[in-house]
Amino acid sequence: MNTLWEFLSMSDANVRFVTIGSVLLAASSAVVGCFTVLRKRALVGDAVAHAVLPGVCLAFILTGEKNPLILLLGSFLTGWLSLIIIDFISANSRIKEDTAIGLVLSVFFGIGILFLTSIQHSGNENQSGLDKFLFGSAAALVGQDLITFGAVALLLLICVTLLYKEFKLLSFDPAYARTIGLPVRGLELLLTTLTVLAVVVGIQSVGVVLMSAMLITPAAAARFWTDRLGAMVIIAASMSAFCGATGAFVSFTAPAMPTGPWIVMLLSMLALLSFMFAPKKGILARYLLQRRIRKQMARENILKTLFHLGEDTGEYSHSYSKKQIKQRRRQPLFQMKSSMQELRRKNLIRKGPEGWSLTEAGKKEAQRVVRLHRLWELYLTEYLQVASDHVHEDAETIEHVLTPELEQRLEELLNHPTADPHQSSIPQQP
Amino acid sequence: MIQHVEDPVLEVHDLTVSYQRKPVLWDVDLTLPKQSLVGIIGPNGAGKSTLIKAIMGLLPLNSGYVELFGKPLDEIRKRVSYVPQRESVDWDFPASALDVAMMGTYGQLGLFKRPGAKQRQLAMEALEKVGMQDFANRQISQLSGGQQQRVFLSRALAQDADLYLMDEPFAGVDIATETAIIGLLRQMRDAGKTVVVVHHDLQSAQDYFDWIILLNMRLVASGPTEETLTPALLEKTYGGRLTELSRVSDLLHKQNFPIRETKPTRK
Repeated sequence: MNTLWEFLSMSDANVRFVTIGSVLLAASSAVVGCFTVLRKRALVGDAVAHAVLPGVCLAFILTGEKNPLILLLGSFLTGWLSLIIIDFISANSRIKEDTAIGLVLSVFFGIGILFLTSIQHSGNENQSGLDKFLFGSAAALVGQDLITFGAVALLLLICVTLLYKEFKLLSFDPAYARTIGLPVRGLELLLTTLTVLAVVVGIQSVGVVLMSAMLITPAAAARFWTDRLGAMVIIAASMSAFCGATGAFVSFTAPAMPTGPWIVMLLSMLALLSFMFAPKKGILARYLLQRRIRKQMARENILKTLFHLGEDTGEYSHSYSKKQIKQRRRQPLFQMKSSMQELRRKNLIRKGPEGWSLTEAGKKEAQRVVRLHRLWELYLTEYLQVASDHVHEDAETIEHVLTPELEQRLEELLNHPTADPHQSSIPQQP
Repeated sequence: MIQHVEDPVLEVHDLTVSYQRKPVLWDVDLTLPKQSLVGIIGPNGAGKSTLIKAIMGLLPLNSGYVELFGKPLDEIRKRVSYVPQRESVDWDFPASALDVAMMGTYGQLGLFKRPGAKQRQLAMEALEKVGMQDFANRQISQLSGGQQQRVFLSRALAQDADLYLMDEPFAGVDIATETAIIGLLRQMRDAGKTVVVVHHDLQSAQDYFDWIILLNMRLVASGPTEETLTPALLEKTYGGRLTELSRVSDLLHKQNFPIRETKPTRK
């Protein structure tokens, strides 16, 4: 707890820098990642992330020191090279883009590992810390590194802010963007460059292996919470920034821990939570909606059954026991119980000494459902030429879905009918 | 029957276009009159969409040139508006109907500038024209096919151009929407604009358009509706492919031949 306090208070200048750096890097890659995801180039981001490693190593081999600017330049070059090769392969051979991405990713990463191993055995004492590029270490973000990487991250954010409208249109409809005279080629090139840069600066804190998660995961998670691009970008950036700060904290308390996996695990947790619990689009919300619909269907079915029983005798306010209702329409007892309680609460049915009966409001509601059922049956036989012995099952579901507006349309279309295909009378609208 | 007009709003001169080294349009030569409602008609794979994409500069030309209002496209982009096919974009994109309509104002705005109240109002007016004002804040994937098509139209309207090129605006649209759209297109024509529409229903073409372009890999006819929609010309358009033409296309494609030996030159 004390460590957390010490971290949060940011009294240590070092902690302050590392945290600010991580937040900036994480947020900038999330912002750029939104466009990568929307343009369906998520895999390309992964390839670039892996292709950056040989660049880092090569820059180190050539200069023999860990100057962040030079490492950045090296990784930028190989990152771009990988993109050019992917485009070249998919444009000039029968190999499709996904295969090309797979090829380039593994070849570049293989070469990178090769370089890295040879550096580690070279005995150059400067090399310690180079392996941090594999899994990242936010704690290494100090001094010159922080200034360089932070500046690039800031540049990314500024670019996206300035060209937000262009990038939006480019991601949605590039052909249209060209017709209104936007420099689509240039913008695409810029956006790709920004993606490469985001990867390049991000590897410091998460490493090349997990970098693509930093691009893709926040965007995918944010999409669950909103239907607007602006909000999506902001949510993605905030989620990522939070995880970046947490990663910095981990680096601060346990310097031996690789930061990358921590940040990515946290991000994945957030994505999973979004996936499960986001309003409307989340799994839980969809499940609850399903359940509500099922319950409503069960209730309407009970009303309908009571109405049918009444139709037999012509006496609609008669009471029936649960057993009698069940005989007329089979349904699970526990579901019936809760449905009937709910119906009673809504004052659609009442309980008397001899059992359950429809109230006036309940009868109206039951009539509505039966009317929809029979209207639909008639519609199917008249307009779809479905045989009259096949229409019942269909109408059993549709009766619960039809809106008043559609009901009106059907009434007009069928010329206000009074009898369904089985010669049962259609209850009229009050 | 290819009729040319004086002072055309659009001139297509000796246009040849290919997809992946396979020519799909051969030597098309046509001019369109001002203030008209033009239908491009032909069977599947006839190159209807290709023609308007080529006019909009979205495809490289193998030969020929296109002039709009007597100038190359780059000089008068703001006076031309394009409505792509509805399926050409992913409607799950996080945007509202108003967002999409607002994209029509981006060309006027220019780089870096953010759309403001004025652009928002233009977009709203465009949505009203297509009867979509009540859906302005709806996410675009929640709209029906016909409504999405209307949103695309509103984006073009927000551009306030003089020439509109529309790729299948009636595809997958219900009758009510189709009637509403054609009513709007007529209004636009009466207001002095020219509207070119890729269409594939012969029946309705008769009363929708004043000018018809019949296309089947080459230009069969271009002229006023009553002179072009004749049994003889329709037979020529729809009566099977020109097998020799298709075979030559295939040969060029398979053997990687250049379509033309020289690059296209302007006039």
